[in-house]
Amino acid sequence: MTRKHAVAPAIAILLAYSQVWAQGESVRFEAVGDAIPRALTSEPGNAARGRSIVVNRDGGACTLCHAVPGEKNFGNIAPTLAGVGARLSPAQLRLRVADSTRVNPDTPMPAYYRTEGLNQVAAAFRGKPLLSAQQVEDVVAWLATLKEAQ
Amino acid sequence: MRRARARLALAAAALAAGVVLAQERAIPPGELKSGSVFLGSDLRALQNDDFANPGMLWVERGERLWSELAGKKTLACASCHKDTSMRGVAASYPKIDKASGKLVNLEDRINLCRTGRMDAEPLRYESEELLALTAYVARQSLGLPIATRIDGAARAHFEAGRAAYHLRRGQMNLSCAHCHDAQWGKRLLSETISQGHPNAYPAYRMEWQTIGSLQRRIRACLSGIRAEMLPYGSPEYLDLELYLAWRAQGLPIETPGVRR
Repeated sequence: MTRKHAVAPAIAILLAYSQVWAQGESVRFEAVGDAIPRALTSEPGNAARGRSIVVNRDGGACTLCHAVPGEKNFGNIAPTLAGVGARLSPAQLRLRVADSTRVNPDTPMPAYYRTEGLNQVAAAFRGKPLLSAQQVEDVVAWLATLKEAQ
Repeated sequence: MRRARARLALAAAALAAGVVLAQERAIPPGELKSGSVFLGSDLRALQNDDFANPGMLWVERGERLWSELAGKKTLACASCHKDTSMRGVAASYPKIDKASGKLVNLEDRINLCRTGRMDAEPLRYESEELLALTAYVARQSLGLPIATRIDGAARAHFEAGRAAYHLRRGQMNLSCAHCHDAQWGKRLLSETISQGHPNAYPAYRMEWQTIGSLQRRIRACLSGIRAEMLPYGSPEYLDLELYLAWRAQGLPIETPGVRR
């Protein structure tokens, strides 16, 4: 077998792998109106995990801007999350977490589940959403429990 | 009489241009607030005390360097700038360098003197020497309002700077304007967002535990929103510096500022 022939199968295998990898990384959702009716994952969101993502600096770091029930330190840039589960449906919450610019193009809120159409993303974060699909579902599950406006 | 009328027409045109520019400003001149306004009283006091302000160490070092001979021509800055004060110079930067037609900031101007007049090596961005000289020159404009020009060849740089300022970027998808025009005065967790003005730079930042340039500060914001950082001295940073100077026009220079 010549060298040329050895390279072709190697490329084919690489291509196959890169497609699998690309599928694993693909960040997609279907918005209907101001909502994403369909969950991003088959595993239901876990509200307890969602809460820790919301308040954690390594997670969503939502307290930088939003008041969050049960948290003492928070920013005042964005509306309180208290009662957000009564104001919005889970499907509406899902779109606002995934890509808030779909609701308000001028919002300062980062799009947590989006990799396309961004400019000058640092190499280490390129092609990666801020939160994984499961993390978005977890956050939505917890936000949906916040029914009381304090 | 004719001359007076021509002058009047010119003044009217300038006024009209001024009105147009004023309308473009997200923060009107009356509402401009230096970053020191958003500091705690302890840091503000530190900045205002010349003996305690840590940035003054670099100003003093810059003063020594000003008279130090360098380069193949064994010249010092002071060899040419003998009796002339540098007061007011920093307030006009960034500006177009007449010789090259390029937009330069104060750091670039110092290096242009070194390479062009002294036949010396340029100083590296963020080197102690360049920070010291820049701080020393800028300090001499203490209290003077920023007065950068954006006409002529500077106009295209100004427009590019404005575009850069308003470009959403990074994984966080934020532009400078999203925080520093629309949210200043509000709290990001426990930190109050400033208007993002350049009038205190080079400034001593507690987070750095040293003095740093305006470009280093811009890069810190970019890193925070997980955006690409360009090399120091990149044209986009210079354009942005010009836009920042324009939107801060009228604010007094505070170099060396003290910041969080």
